[in-house]
Order: sequence, then structure tokens, then C-alpha cells
Amino acid sequence: MRFKRMTAIAAVAVVAFGTASCAKKDEPAAPTSKFAAGTTMDRIAKAGKFNVGTKWDQPLFGLKGLAKAPEGFDVEIVKIIAAELGIKDDKVHYEETVSKVREDFISSGRVDMIVATYTINDARKEKISFAGPYYEAGQDILVAKDDTTITGPEIFKTDATKKVCSVTGSTPAKKIAEYATAPGQVVLFDVYTKCLDALKNKQVAAVTTDNVILMGYVSKEPDKFKVLGKPFTKEPYGIGVKKDDKVFRDWINDIIEKAFADGRYKAAWDKTVGAIAPMPKEIKVNRY
Amino acid sequence: MSILIDNFDLFANGLLGTIRLCLLAAVGSLLLGGLIAAFRVSPLPPLRALGTGYVTVFRNMPLTVVMFLSAFGLPPLGVNEASFLNVPGLNFLIPQLGNNAFFRFALIAIVLYTSAFVCEALRAGINAVPTGQAEAARSLGLTFTQNLRNVVLPQAWKFAVVPIGSVIIAMIKNSAIAGSFGVAGDLMYTSDVLVSQEGLPLLPVFLGLSGGYLLLTIPLGLFLDAVERRRAATIR
Repeated sequence: MRFKRMTAIAAVAVVAFGTASCAKKDEPAAPTSKFAAGTTMDRIAKAGKFNVGTKWDQPLFGLKGLAKAPEGFDVEIVKIIAAELGIKDDKVHYEETVSKVREDFISSGRVDMIVATYTINDARKEKISFAGPYYEAGQDILVAKDDTTITGPEIFKTDATKKVCSVTGSTPAKKIAEYATAPGQVVLFDVYTKCLDALKNKQVAAVTTDNVILMGYVSKEPDKFKVLGKPFTKEPYGIGVKKDDKVFRDWINDIIEKAFADGRYKAAWDKTVGAIAPMPKEIKVNRY
Repeated sequence: MSILIDNFDLFANGLLGTIRLCLLAAVGSLLLGGLIAAFRVSPLPPLRALGTGYVTVFRNMPLTVVMFLSAFGLPPLGVNEASFLNVPGLNFLIPQLGNNAFFRFALIAIVLYTSAFVCEALRAGINAVPTGQAEAARSLGLTFTQNLRNVVLPQAWKFAVVPIGSVIIAMIKNSAIAGSFGVAGDLMYTSDVLVSQEGLPLLPVFLGLSGGYLLLTIPLGLFLDAVERRRAATIR
């Protein structure tokens, strides 16, 4: 008991001394924030620096060129949130978060949040928490621009001569196999670019995977390909934050809803994905 | 270990897929390689030039490039489906030959590539046959074809069989990249699916994969050793 009290006194003394000395040395205006003390928003606003993970290789969502910040819809979402925190664009520090490192980067605190075409699922929810979804992706089909015969995945059931391409071992490959009827109808390569080559050669009739990836390819060659725009699976994209940081998560959800209502979401969409795909009509964030 | 046992049927299927591809590719490579070797030693300069050109091109190109050219370069040239390889009867034994155009393109690529090496191994064997043999045959009035078929090749074969065996072993291992070019159902493809689709750990799956290839290549190597011992005995 006695010991505990002494440590408490010591701790208070250290804190008081620490802040006092800080206030002396620091610039006249001590960092303040409009957020409640102790929240993640407060910490970031006071630090004046925002560490964010995005994809760097995903056209339209998070694509980074040489010596520039990444660009895309995910990055625009980051900017909306950064502005609400009072952080300027040039104070946002972007890290590349490839799919398999994302949970680790969040839980180790290397980034404050991740906006990286990040599908919300239960396995991931055990390690981190999600705000959003701010967009619902899904598996779609890419065909040649002038093709009108393919209207959805059901066509592969009725017309076995139509071949469809995807990547070996991927979830979309497994899903499309449910629609295929003839052996050899699903053609599998190791990368999507080979599927596109095969499509250009008319060796396959369609390429299938998440619409976000497909839209990226359309954005590069819009006169050759098109995406059907009828996703047949659901991949809700969320914003990853530290597990059980409910205050930060709820605050982000508020911003997403506000931005969707006041047109900032639309501006972000039009600037990036807008040329390829229509904006979602509604978004329903999931507060859990 | 339990991963290998649980997925034994998948591995076995993959192994069967690799065996089917390699069997066809080996037969094709030996036939084409033999033909190119004959070109290279023929008395006709244009044929010799053709043989040399072939070996220079296909021995010096990475197999991945040959695969790419075969799968995506042949169709614009008019070989849309390579259906000439869809041989009735054979496609019953090897279903992919009938229903997967990319299996046929991969087969073409492996044959084109490997036959350059088979040709050179065979030619080394031909060069090892003493010149007197061919000269004696010619003086007996044998034509070039008769000479090659009855005198030179039977002797050359003995010198060439071990190097050709090594080429075939290399070919079996090379066949692993066919899985990246639309050949579904070989060993490499099976491991890819087990790891990235079923989420199994990488290491045990790849141990199983390596075991599958060793199952094909080690017996072939032992067989070659036996052939070599027998030949050594007959020469002495």
C-alpha cells in the first residue's frame, strides 16, 4: 500500500516535471486539439503527423508513381479524414501496406490506419477493427469493349464455348469454377496480365476477379476493355484501425457518412474511379 | 506431414498431370531433336543451316519466353487453338490434350525448347562414332539416310543416351512453369492451389511438391546409371 502510494507520487512528479520542462522549451503555441484527451484523434492531431497505410500498386485506388505521394480513391478518403483531424496533406505520411502485412502494421502501431482495398472479414476482425465500409467491391467480369454476348457469370453455364480466365489459387478462380460446365473452360495463369493477353487474342472470352482490379486494367486501356459493372460477390472495403479503438472507429464512421452526404465523397470518386464506374448509390457503415 | 497425407489424392493427381505432360513432351522432343540432329549432320548446306539456326534460337532463349511466344504469339499467326495436337485416341488417354488449348501450347513450347538440347546431345554422340564407320558405309554404297539409320545412329545412340537422359530430367523440372501458362492439373499448379486458395502452410506443401518431382527424376537417373554400366561392360 505504502509502496503504491509512493510510486503514484513519483509518477505524478515525473509527469508534472516533464510537462513543465516541455512547455519551457517548445514553441510558444503548445499543440492543442479539439478532441477529447487520450483519444487517437487527439494524439494524431497533437503530433501533427498522420501515418497511413495504402496500396501503392492498385490503379484508381492507391497507385504511387516515382517520388510522389500515392494517388487514388483510397488516398482521397485518407485526405478527407486527415482534413478533419486538422492535418495538412503534406503532413500525411504514406506507407505501402501490401496485403499480407496489413494486420501487423496496424497492431504494431507502425501506421495509425489503413485504407488499402481492405476487405472486412471475421478473421481479420480478430486482429484489428474496421471502420466503414466506405465502398463495396465484388467479383465482376471484364470483356472486350465490343462484346455484348456476356451479361453475367450465368452465361458460362449456358455456353460452354465461352472461356473465362483468372489467376491460379485465387478466391475468384474458385468462385467462377462454380459456373463453369466444361473442362478447360476456366483458364488459369499466374498473373492477370496474361489473362488480358489471352483476351486480346480472343483465346478467352472474359477475365474475372474483383471489380477494383478489373477497373484498374480498363483505366489503362479504356478503348479495348470494359467491366460489366454487375458484381456477383460482396467485398466490403473498410478502414483498418487498432483493435477495439471504438472511439476512433466511430469517429471515422461519422466522417464517412458526413462526407457522403455533403459531396466530398462524390468529389473524391469523380476525381479517381469516376471515369470508369458509377458511384455507389448508398453506403452503410457498420458500427459494431 | 498430415498435410501431405490429407491431400494425397490431390498430389497424386498433380503427379499424374505432370507425368502426362512430360511423357508427351519427351516423345515429341526426341523425335524433333533427332530430326534436327539429322539436319545438322546432313550433306546439304541449307538443311545444316536450318538445323544450326534452330539450335541457336531455341537453346539460347529462356523457356519462359518460348512459353510466352507459344501461348500468346502463335494465335495471332493463325495457330488459334493448336488443334492439330488434339489427336483422337491420344486425347482419350490425356484429356487435357483435347480440352485445354494452353496445355497444347505449353507442350509445343517444351518440345521446341528441349529438342534443341536433345539435338546437341545426339550430335555429340554422332561425332563420337569413329569417322571410319561412316566412310566405310559410304564406300559400300549406302545413301546418307541408310548410313545414318543403320550404321551411325545405332552407335551414336549408345554414346548419347546418358546426356539425353539428363536433358529429359531437366525437362521434367522445367515442366513446372507450365502451370503459370494455363496448364491446370500438374504438380506445381496443385501446390499453388493448396497454398493460396486453401491457405495451407507453404513449407510442407512444397516438400510434397519436391517429393513428387524426385519421384520422377530419381528413378530416371538410376535407370541411366544402369544403362551406362551395361554399356561399359559391352564395350570392354
